[in-house]
Amino acid sequence: MNKTSANAYIIGAGATQVGEHFVRSLADLSSEAVRNAFAQVPQLDARHVGMVYVANALGEMMASQGQLGPYLAAAAGLVGVPALRIEAAGASSGVALHQAVQAVQAGACAVAVVIGAEKITDRLDAPLEAGLALAADAEAEGIHGVTLTGQWALLMRRYMHEHGYSMDAFAPFPVNAHANAAKNAQALYRFAISADKYRKANPIASPLNMLDCSTVADGAAAVIVASEAIARELPGPRIRVAGTSVATDTPTLGARRDPLDLVAARTSAQAALSQAQLSLQDVQVLELCDPHGIAAVLALESMGFYERGTAPREAADGAISPTGRTPLATAGGYKARGDVAGASGIYQVVELVRQLTGKAGPTQVAGARVALAQVLGGVGVTAATTLLVGE
Amino acid sequence: MDIARHWRGHPARYRLQGERNRNTGEVRVPPHPLALGETPDTWEPLKLSGRGEIYSFSVLRQVPEGYELFAPYPIALVRLEEGALITAQLTDCAEADLEIGMPVEMVTRQLVDTGADGVLVYGYKFRPVVQ
Repeated sequence: MNKTSANAYIIGAGATQVGEHFVRSLADLSSEAVRNAFAQVPQLDARHVGMVYVANALGEMMASQGQLGPYLAAAAGLVGVPALRIEAAGASSGVALHQAVQAVQAGACAVAVVIGAEKITDRLDAPLEAGLALAADAEAEGIHGVTLTGQWALLMRRYMHEHGYSMDAFAPFPVNAHANAAKNAQALYRFAISADKYRKANPIASPLNMLDCSTVADGAAAVIVASEAIARELPGPRIRVAGTSVATDTPTLGARRDPLDLVAARTSAQAALSQAQLSLQDVQVLELCDPHGIAAVLALESMGFYERGTAPREAADGAISPTGRTPLATAGGYKARGDVAGASGIYQVVELVRQLTGKAGPTQVAGARVALAQVLGGVGVTAATTLLVGE
Repeated sequence: MDIARHWRGHPARYRLQGERNRNTGEVRVPPHPLALGETPDTWEPLKLSGRGEIYSFSVLRQVPEGYELFAPYPIALVRLEEGALITAQLTDCAEADLEIGMPVEMVTRQLVDTGADGVLVYGYKFRPVVQ
């Protein structure tokens, strides 16, 4: 993409409640998400959809289903439309959105639908941990029983060692996430927690404890990406995709020069900002991969929002609250809205569209016009960043 | 565990067989496929000493399928004497005694539950150096 490319817009965005949907299937959840997105644009004829992208990380492992492109397109009645599934672990949705935006910008189709969907709770925790661990290097690291949560825990302890923090310093992240989720009807955990409750929680992967670990749950979200010509026929505010970029790093954590530097997070953010002709200072609201406080800390510092070693202090001073300098997780983030694995990136966009259209209710960031969403696959193996601008 | 998959990992898992870049001196384990621009001469085999120190560690209580038997267990990133940073489990130690910088050495232990196919998978773990 370059600056002469045509613009792409988000014209509809919808999601299901995040939760343990024991009585609902992957197809059922996806269908609801697509119908919710289309309900926002009743003028749009579904026959204009030229492409369907399905973002999913764990379909084979947890939902026992393959060929998710046509399977979930058909679930929403989009039979016959070219459809494919994109897997990039936790970054699946960001990569899928990037592909959809490129297709629309290139004129390959006027309307593309991106569905992020995960069905987790048909199986137990041990296969889930095994599935999530596939995002790392299975032969070099996975064989040693390392989990994705364990990898973040390794980085958290090293970060505490290098910068002189105790684990209490990470409390502001889950506390903020829960405070915001308490006001989001679609969140998994609609209650607040205190820093004291965080301090007393049971360990999961030390120093990460239960209140600093997201719960992976079921959910589906969908966005409709359209050309400028179609977006301009619609009433109301327009959400322009000002930049999208995907970057990658080695999956082997030990092979990185500095494991605390998420190089792909920085590279993709810089490329997306450059496309959008915006800088970090222009970003007014963020959605990040924040299943643990350390993940948000490393992303914020690697992208350059804060100096290395300072993000926990900034968060303690209110920087990530809806009235702070970098409002984060206004719908609850991975921790409290719920971690929907490969579907997370579309949930992020659903929330940011609410922010940019002034419909975010009690967690509205005043005057939000520029928003940044970033998802990571594994520990920053893939990073996909999206810049949205309200017009 | 798939037998062929484990078999091809033997040299690294049993003996910490790694490789060193003849140009840059970089050391890595397990060996890695050749990158564009490299030739079979770029990397030479190197058997690592098995000594290093803890770069970071965590004790896991929620573990993947096949590892439930061992839970809870400590995992670590270990900085080897030769410079490589590798992921492994720690063993023969108490959680309260672990700290970053602690000297550790390689030992061979069972890595995964034998499971339905009965394959015994051994490989390296690290323990605190016995003084």
